Amino acid sequence: MTKKKLVVVGNGMAPGRALEELFEQAPYAYDVTIFNAEPRVNYDRIMLSPVLAGEKTFDEIVIHGDRWYEDCGVRLLKGQKVVSIDRAKKTVTSEHGVVADYDKLLIATGSLPIVIPVPGHDLPGVLTYRDLDDVTAMLLAAQSGGRAVVIGGGLLGLEAAAGLKERGMDVTVLHLMPTLMERQLDAAAGHLLRRALENRGVNIITEANTKEILAAADGSGVRAVRLEDGTEIEADLVVMAVGIRPNAQLANDAGIETGRGILVDRHMRTSDRDILALGECVEFEGQVYGLVAPLYQMAGVVARELLDEDNDGFSDSALATKLKVTGVDLYSAGDFSDGEGREEIVLRDAAQGVYKRLVLEDNRIVGVVLYGDTADGGWFFQQVKDQTDVTEMRDTLIFGPAYAGGDALDPMAAVAALPDDAEICGCNGVCKGRIVSAITEKNLTALDDVRAHTKASASCGTCTGLVEQLMSLTLGDAFNPNAVKPMCGCTDLSHDDVRRLIKVKKLKTIPEVLHALEWKTSCGCAKCRPALNYYLVCDWPDEYADDYQSRFINERAHANIQKDGTYSVVPRMWGGQTSSKELRAIADVVDKFDIPTVKVTGGQRIDMLGIKKEDLPAVWADLGEAGFVSGHAYAKGLRTVKTCVGTDWCRFGTQDSTGLGVKIEKFMWGSWTPAKVKMAVSGCPRNCAEATCKDVGVVCVDSGYEIHFAGAAGLDIKGTEVLGLVKTEEEAIEHIAALVQMYREQGHYLERIYKWAKRIGYDEVRRQIMDDGEKRKAYYDRFVFSQKFAQVDPWSERASGKDKHEFRPMASVGLQAAE
Amino acid sequence: MSEGAAAMNAMSENWIAVGKLGDIPRLGSRRVLSRERTIAVFRTVNDEIYAIEDKCPHKEGPLSQGIVHDRCVTCPLHNWVISLETGEAQGADEGAVKTFRVRVADNGDILICTGDLAPAS
Repeated sequence: MTKKKLVVVGNGMAPGRALEELFEQAPYAYDVTIFNAEPRVNYDRIMLSPVLAGEKTFDEIVIHGDRWYEDCGVRLLKGQKVVSIDRAKKTVTSEHGVVADYDKLLIATGSLPIVIPVPGHDLPGVLTYRDLDDVTAMLLAAQSGGRAVVIGGGLLGLEAAAGLKERGMDVTVLHLMPTLMERQLDAAAGHLLRRALENRGVNIITEANTKEILAAADGSGVRAVRLEDGTEIEADLVVMAVGIRPNAQLANDAGIETGRGILVDRHMRTSDRDILALGECVEFEGQVYGLVAPLYQMAGVVARELLDEDNDGFSDSALATKLKVTGVDLYSAGDFSDGEGREEIVLRDAAQGVYKRLVLEDNRIVGVVLYGDTADGGWFFQQVKDQTDVTEMRDTLIFGPAYAGGDALDPMAAVAALPDDAEICGCNGVCKGRIVSAITEKNLTALDDVRAHTKASASCGTCTGLVEQLMSLTLGDAFNPNAVKPMCGCTDLSHDDVRRLIKVKKLKTIPEVLHALEWKTSCGCAKCRPALNYYLVCDWPDEYADDYQSRFINERAHANIQKDGTYSVVPRMWGGQTSSKELRAIADVVDKFDIPTVKVTGGQRIDMLGIKKEDLPAVWADLGEAGFVSGHAYAKGLRTVKTCVGTDWCRFGTQDSTGLGVKIEKFMWGSWTPAKVKMAVSGCPRNCAEATCKDVGVVCVDSGYEIHFAGAAGLDIKGTEVLGLVKTEEEAIEHIAALVQMYREQGHYLERIYKWAKRIGYDEVRRQIMDDGEKRKAYYDRFVFSQKFAQVDPWSERASGKDKHEFRPMASVGLQAAE
Repeated sequence: MSEGAAAMNAMSENWIAVGKLGDIPRLGSRRVLSRERTIAVFRTVNDEIYAIEDKCPHKEGPLSQGIVHDRCVTCPLHNWVISLETGEAQGADEGAVKTFRVRVADNGDILICTGDLAPAS
């Protein structure tokens, strides 16, 4: 029997969920083809705001990666917008002419942002907020700073405003109504929200009716927004976030019945029996939908419908909303308008910024608004959905489940009492039963594993506490959410504990540490020994004897091991400068030792690859004669200081960037650090040395030296944070050395500067290095002291015979006799 | 292997000296080259000596360059942990590397059993 063909138009969250449920129940029932107008996979649209605010990357919000489609045997056509449906022939056609025939068709064309048709709405610089392309466009606009006007003070508009503010823009929100988010919040909560956003520097104008968007004089974009009362607000970017409308055009063109959206019955069937529709494009009993929970409910119905299974169908139920602006906790659910027969319970603590309001009807909660403390939102919402009679617990109801009924102060009891179908994660529609069964069936003991398997708390994360409580309930003592992450399997102590105890107990050798801190193994492992060796080198620079057997081979051999067991060698070129003499010496070494590959590195150095280990000391001897020392390209230590040519040559240079780079490198080379440290000095803000993605960078300006830190351009990409501006080279060097010393003393082994700085807080780093002169001086002095013992060229030592055993084989044997 | 077994083998097969115990640092390794292969000879923290082929079962990484801990070595290329006693990969990884009989003579010579050095038949 040939499989039935299912064609899906649209690749958003709703059809994604429907297919997931379909495959879970009957993986082989359909041949599935998806037409996606967007050129990408299915991602979590709810999380666009965190992407805009820089808290997540696109990869982190992907729901189904390419692999999922492959594994499920789904044909995903990216960038293929369907333009027509031929219901008689049962085919669909894309704008590029791809035709697919179907037995069942699922329309999920989503919604379109509403654009207010004021003059100027079509100017470049006017954006909507709907998909990743909009976010990308906003991020691009935000790069040059400037002013943004967001039209619309609803959920999306406020998230966009907060995100753009976070990205450094000057933001004004225009809202037509008197209070913000009036559809989800009552006036009191709306005011609290307004105050919180204004405190963050977002300007808010309510009862603002946009009249016109004015073009810039050169026609390149927008200049301002004019209101009906004549006020003009300057703007370089205008974001319209006033709402969405169902995208029912395709269905309408095909003669399927539509109203505001595609009309569906409770089984998500359209007027054509072979065509289903779901998501934001549908209209059900006069309602259209924009929040994820009902869409996921529709998805479950569609999956069962495709399998001809009986089901209760979709039912319109109360909805809950959360605002995803970090630091603003807001939750609303149900219907909270005033009315006859309605009562309310209100808790207001203005100083703490907490506001809670429950709306009751017939002793049942029908509406919830929480501001400032939203932890109980899910529980209240459950009571709304269950239509629980709250008469018994009314006295303490507002304090949430911890005090409801007789189980005062035990949050676990409340979670335990939830039914299996209670929704825990609203973003991803995950209920209690699914989480519990995943934990038990798959033996999950870590929060990240539960996230990976169920998606619960994997999006906005506000239900993390609930998920942890469920894990605790299910696993008992086996789950400890506060457990410190131990360094490795040899100990229960964390990196921080070990570093502290080494200092407090004055532990000065690895065996002493293992003994005093009760290591579980006799001599540690490949994870903890290099870490301990570094901590001891850092803490006792004059006393500790470096343990080479606890160093990774690269640091033991002072070269980089390659996949075939040969090594690569990178000589130091101060600040990336070299000379004909140095280049000639390198050329001679390459010829003499028959070195197969010579490569220029990203850090402005020359790498010689494919050198036999036995040859290393001889290679170094030759390089040393030309004046080269080790480039430490193998070290968890200072690697390179990249520079541009600065005032020496460049017509834009503001300072001697090459000279400063060389000085920094000569001062700091040889220092060991928790992980590698790469630096750069750029001679002007054009930043040709790419200083703003380095661990430490300097951008020279007319007035001095802007010091940057905590950038990354590897596994993660991250622009630097600004440490501060200093006036002279000497100050720059002192600040940089102090910063690196602070990191040397606090970083966990293998933790790069950007991770360390994020962990302890960028402001804390600035406070200690920029603002506290005494602290800075102390760090600086300790760095200078440790350099006395560190600045010994390891290559010349080994070229003169140190550690011979490391480089020579012990013996060569034939079959007959020893040699 | 036990001392007894080593002595038995010593009688029936040839053992050759490849160096002194002191040539290898504690928790370190040295290479011994033969025509067919490279052998990594290890010295543990308690001065036990082990010899295994210098070729990780994963991607042929040189195990002699790894970090030695207890009776294991961690491969420098991708951190597989190999038992020096059995040659087997530890943990979730699967694979094994050839081991060689080796012992330390009273005079501190490290001796390898030549019977094990022959190419695999």
